[in-house]
Amino acid sequence: MTEATDTKGIRTRDLCLWYTKFQALINVTATIRPGLVTGLIGPSGCGKTTLLRCFNRINERIPGVRTEGTIEILGHDIYAPGTDLIELRRGVGMVFQRPNPLPLSVAENVLFGIKVHRCERLGRQEEHDVIEKALREVSLWADLKDRLHASATSLSLEQQQKLCIARLLPLKPRLLLMDEPCSALDPAATQRIEELIRELRGTYTILIVTHNMAQARRISDECMFMLLGELVEHRRTEDLFLNPADERTARYIEGRYG
Amino acid sequence: MTTKRRPQRSRLSRWGEFAIEMLIRACGISAVVFVFGIFFFVIREGWPFLVGDLNLGEFFGSTQWYPDSMSNKRYGALALIAGTVSVTGLAMLIAVPLGLGAAVYVSEFSHGRQKEALKVVIELLAAIPSVVWGFIGLVVLNPLIIDLFDVPVGLNVLNGALLLALMGVPIIVSIGEDALKAVPDSYREAAEAMGATRWQVTWRVLVPAARNGLLAAVLLGVGRAVGETMAVLMATGHAVNLPTSVFDSVRTMTATVAAELGEAARGSDHYCVLFVLGALLFAISFVVNLTADLAIRGVRRR
Ligand SMILES: Nc1ncnc2c1ncn2[C@@H]1O[C@H](COP(=O)(O)OP(=O)(O)O)[C@@H](O)[C@H]1O
Ligand SMILES: [Mg+2]
Repeated sequence: MTEATDTKGIRTRDLCLWYTKFQALINVTATIRPGLVTGLIGPSGCGKTTLLRCFNRINERIPGVRTEGTIEILGHDIYAPGTDLIELRRGVGMVFQRPNPLPLSVAENVLFGIKVHRCERLGRQEEHDVIEKALREVSLWADLKDRLHASATSLSLEQQQKLCIARLLPLKPRLLLMDEPCSALDPAATQRIEELIRELRGTYTILIVTHNMAQARRISDECMFMLLGELVEHRRTEDLFLNPADERTARYIEGRYG
Repeated sequence: MTTKRRPQRSRLSRWGEFAIEMLIRACGISAVVFVFGIFFFVIREGWPFLVGDLNLGEFFGSTQWYPDSMSNKRYGALALIAGTVSVTGLAMLIAVPLGLGAAVYVSEFSHGRQKEALKVVIELLAAIPSVVWGFIGLVVLNPLIIDLFDVPVGLNVLNGALLLALMGVPIIVSIGEDALKAVPDSYREAAEAMGATRWQVTWRVLVPAARNGLLAAVLLGVGRAVGETMAVLMATGHAVNLPTSVFDSVRTMTATVAAELGEAARGSDHYCVLFVLGALLFAISFVVNLTADLAIRGVRRR
């Protein structure tokens, strides 16, 4: 069903991860196809966040984390020795569960990536263009164009989360990892973020963790179901929800696990 | 039986609570009373001279400090003020970069046992009494400065400033480290996930985020240095002198008060002027501490 030879998205093989002694991922083998929105569902504590955080290696901040197996992103083995973590993170953007804009101004948040990666030096006008483009893409420009120098932490949660997406865009990432990006938002804001994800679809490969099955059905093309650290099933979203192959998936979507 | 005893107990515990509350309130109020009391006392002792013969122009404008001259007493405190300012200023030039750098290192770049060890050592540094620092200035730094810089005396601005810097650094490090530690980890994670190096995270995110706390750390370090007496008394050479280089001996306001108060006759002009110096010091450190406090408040409001 999935092209096993596709090397443009993400491919993991026998991925295992331990938090010191506790094994949080067990032999996860998955292929995430480029240009699609892939949903990652499963009961709380099954390892969704952990899997997502392997793809930009941010898991390594936590002491005692050990990873085995391979992950290929855009054709590169990201756990190979000599991998440039900084380049990896430039191409793989992450949106967190709680909006976490940096405690700087809106403009500085958007420009942060460019400054950090020492891309070409931008003049004032160019900087302004970058900010406008990124904020337009997340439909924040109209709201914030007069508040570019306001502190990002003073925005509403919805605006903060959109800003957290916007600040990734100037680096032209290929892949966006989103960890329950709507869980801190109200239903109306959730709907608008979902719209935004639909607009970004195609331009970016998106992997989104969600706790909410209805949301997974609404926005994802393919869906992965995880349980207790294992990847149980990975198929087109409709198929997964309409006729799941695995009994555990069926039970989950009927609402029998947390 | 239990139902009979219960109300009695609760009355007892209510009394206990009331007593404890009163005690705590008394402690809180007494702190305020002490501060105002001390200020009042210092001002009162200096008052007769302050409103009487003190020539403010001379006090702030002249370097002629001859409080016990028989024929012509002069009370020009400029050299003493300059002594305090030069020693404190140089100390801060040394201590601020050192202290903030160490705070960043301890908070962001060291881990586990190394971090614990560093923190213990820094706290030990803070616990060294100032008279011991004075000894170090006399016995260690004095000959060292003479040798290294080929100057006739090693008891000078540089010596005092080095000691004050070493005394101020632990304060700056521990408060600065607290300020950095208080920055939520989600900021670090966000920045790292965007590809920032640890140094970039520190410089571009943590320092701006902890700005107020770091400022407070610096100001409390300054406050410590301004008010320090014993070490500078021993290490700066005790010469009333307007310094032109860091190798000049000076005398600070604190050292002057400490050295001369014992010999000044109570109620004399000399006695009073020392209290005026004290009030000036009090005012300086009050302003510094108030600024630090406002800066810390700024941190909390964020
Ligand atoms: N830092 C950590 N240290 C130890 N165990 C952890 C840590 N983070 C997550 N875990 C454990 O790993 C498992 C998977 O967690 P997580 O990936 O956060 O689940 P999910 O996102 O699906 O709710 C859970 O059992 C959790 O307790
Ligand atoms: Mg999670």
